[in-house]
Amino acid sequence: MRHIISLMMENEAGALSRIAGLFSARGYNIESLNVAPTEDASLSRMTIVTRGSDEVIEQITKQLNKLVDIVKVQDLSDGCHIERELMLVKVKATGEYREEMKRMADIFRGRIIDVADKTYTIELTGTGAKLDGFLEALDPAAILETVRTGASGIGRGDRVLKI
Amino acid sequence: MADTELTGAEIVVRCLAAEGVEHVFGYPGGAVLNIYDEIYKQDKFLHILVRHEQAAVHAADAYARSTGKVGVALVTSGPGATNAVTGIATAYMDSIPMVVITGQVPTPAIGMDAFQEVDTIGITRPCVKHNFLVKDVKDLAETMKKAFYIAATGRPGPVVVDIPKDVTQHLCAFHYPDSISMRSYNPTSKGHAGQIKRAVQMLLEAKRPVIYAGGGVILGDAAEQLIELARYLGFPVTNTLMGLGGYPSPDPLFLGMLGMHGTIEANMAMQHCDVLLAVGARFDDRVIGNPKHFQKEARKIIHIDVDPSSISKRVKVDVPIVGNVGQVLAELTKLAQAAGHGPDPESIKAWLAQIELWRSQDCLKYDRESAVIKPQFVIEKLYEVTGGDAYVTSDVGQHQMWAAQYYKFAKPRRWINSGGLGTMGFGLPAAMGVQMAHPGAPVACITGEGSIQMNIQELATCKQSNLPIKIILLNNGYLGMVRQWQEFFYEERYSESYVASLPDFVKLAEAYGHVGMKIEKPEDVEPALRKAFGEYKDQLVFLNFITDPRENVYPMIPAGKGLSEMILI
Ligand SMILES: Cc1cc2nc3c(=O)[nH]c(=O)nc-3n(C[C@H](O)[C@H](O)[C@H](O)COP(=O)(O)OP(=O)(O)OC[C@H]3O[C@@H](n4cnc5c(N)ncnc54)[C@H](O)[C@@H]3O)c2cc1C
Ligand SMILES: Cc1ncc(C[n+]2csc(CCOP(=O)(O)OP(=O)(O)O)c2C)c(N)n1
Ligand SMILES: [Mg+2]
Repeated sequence: MRHIISLMMENEAGALSRIAGLFSARGYNIESLNVAPTEDASLSRMTIVTRGSDEVIEQITKQLNKLVDIVKVQDLSDGCHIERELMLVKVKATGEYREEMKRMADIFRGRIIDVADKTYTIELTGTGAKLDGFLEALDPAAILETVRTGASGIGRGDRVLKI
Repeated sequence: MADTELTGAEIVVRCLAAEGVEHVFGYPGGAVLNIYDEIYKQDKFLHILVRHEQAAVHAADAYARSTGKVGVALVTSGPGATNAVTGIATAYMDSIPMVVITGQVPTPAIGMDAFQEVDTIGITRPCVKHNFLVKDVKDLAETMKKAFYIAATGRPGPVVVDIPKDVTQHLCAFHYPDSISMRSYNPTSKGHAGQIKRAVQMLLEAKRPVIYAGGGVILGDAAEQLIELARYLGFPVTNTLMGLGGYPSPDPLFLGMLGMHGTIEANMAMQHCDVLLAVGARFDDRVIGNPKHFQKEARKIIHIDVDPSSISKRVKVDVPIVGNVGQVLAELTKLAQAAGHGPDPESIKAWLAQIELWRSQDCLKYDRESAVIKPQFVIEKLYEVTGGDAYVTSDVGQHQMWAAQYYKFAKPRRWINSGGLGTMGFGLPAAMGVQMAHPGAPVACITGEGSIQMNIQELATCKQSNLPIKIILLNNGYLGMVRQWQEFFYEERYSESYVASLPDFVKLAEAYGHVGMKIEKPEDVEPALRKAFGEYKDQLVFLNFITDPRENVYPMIPAGKGLSEMILI
């Protein structure tokens, strides 16, 4: 099953490689991973999307908790949560594409954030499925480049990951 | 008044002294010269110069295993650090508390492919509990404090502190923290009260109970609490290879070691019990064999471990108790005693009778009339001659298993071996660490002619440091454990398992300034041992026992098979 795991870790050099190393050494898979500092500069927050049986996910959370740099781990999939991912897509904007791309961006509530003679760059946020849907809706010949952040997640309502 | 400032090298030495370190095992080199200069000037701890960094780490590791204190090793950057890696991984697999200080090239040179630069943090990351690169002398003292704290608490393990050379020169006021607290690291020690209650109820209702006790009992110094609980309940106990000595072997409730080379009574009891109390043991593949086969029998499992990730890793358990073994066992005993009734005596009696039936197959029998020396015989004689009270280290192979099976360990921290990584070359340096920690105590290193050659250079260290170790070489002329697998599973194709061109070990021992003996007849075994532990008590004696080259370790569970599928003699 797909799980989205959120964690807080000390903002120390090498902390990220400990996590990446753990996943590769134990053969866990990482679908996506993103990390950035939080409002408290000494802490980073990471979101990992992984897949595995219940036993594997249990081991993953236990092994993550065991890493000395990790302060807190939460499997967001255990409860209600929200996921968002950011994607930037560079598309052709010549000929009839110029109008079509603008229309598609509007439909998916994307924004064109860079306009050039021959290209647009569209910014889109949403769940992974929505981003996939957008790419599928575009004419593949029009897509020049895509970049995605991987999912970030947060619990709904009172569910807070804080130390 | 401003504090006087110390160099990083001085700070390292002061930290070690503040931690009460008495022995450091190491080998110098460019990146640690400043630290060595400070070692020269101090008298708080003794530095033991080894002949290979791997040996320094094994010695520090065994020092920790035999005392419970944190072992300390010191090596230089680059090749010093890479040579140390096998030792670090060995300690990691067996959860041994240790601090390894590695030198590093100066901070401005890091990443420049500098002379003797390796990414020590990167290389050791998968085989340490934690590691630190100290980039600023201001962080040095606190980092050292953290290193010792992390190594010794929770599930113990090795911690590497990588110190660039310039940091050992930089100046800083020295303050060693008395204690440390880390928001990201808080090991649990007290078990969950509700789970403990459930466990007691389960134990009291057991009809066919077994206590399966592992290295955690030794690491947690909980032998006393284990004995108390087992005796109060009258439950049989089996030990893993790492748990030996955690329950006294001569005790009638003791089933011997379980697992791949475990006894019939231990393996059958483990397979057929209805309630299993696992104490500081991790359901290793060498212990339960095939987990599917193990799970075919219905049983309830209670598992005590400080490390939550050890629980339900290979086998799903019913009552997980995360906590320190000693505390949890004491709590279990207290509650069991308060219950006012023990387990059903009739059921337990019938179960123990069944166990005696298994035991009566005498699975550790061997040919005592043999005209060639049987390795098992040597271990039995060693047990007799040392009164069962020696510190015994071992290398890896058949001799290791015979040591585990035939030396009846009665006390914890007396059996020192590499179980998890299975590192040949561990035995001799381990004996050095043990002998340093226990001067005057009898220390035997049981080894094979393959293993001993992996760190044979340490005979020089033993000479320099006057370590009167007794090397018990069970010389079968084969990489015996490999040969046994080839006999059983590869139709006797003995590919590269014959050790040709063996040195004359007696001359070799003498060349290093020690006593050497070659023993070829069974009747000479005991006199040679008596001489070694008597007349030559104060010297290193290298006893080369020429043993039966075809002897195998029995029982044996083939890899991937279940506990009741043993190959018997
Ligand atoms: C050639 C060879 C053959 C082998 N054959 C066998 C065999 O037949 N039988 C056998 O048993 N082994 C055998 N082994 C060893 C095997 O590979 C494992 O190393 C061993 O079984 C593990 O022992 P353990 O389960 O006691 O765990 P250990 O590795 O000792 O782990 C200790 C456990 O206790 C926990 N712990 C530590 N401290 C505490 C504390 N204070 N409180 C609570 N929990 C704590 C840890 O978290 C860990 O889970 C063999 C090895 C070799 C090299
Ligand atoms: C460093 C290392 N290399 C290889 C092995 C694989 N191995 C396990 S036992 C063994 C044979 C050991 O031979 P010896 O020391 O003579 O002991 P014996 O089995 O004959 O008692 C080997 C090669 C190992 N455990 N460690
Ligand atoms: Mg051999």
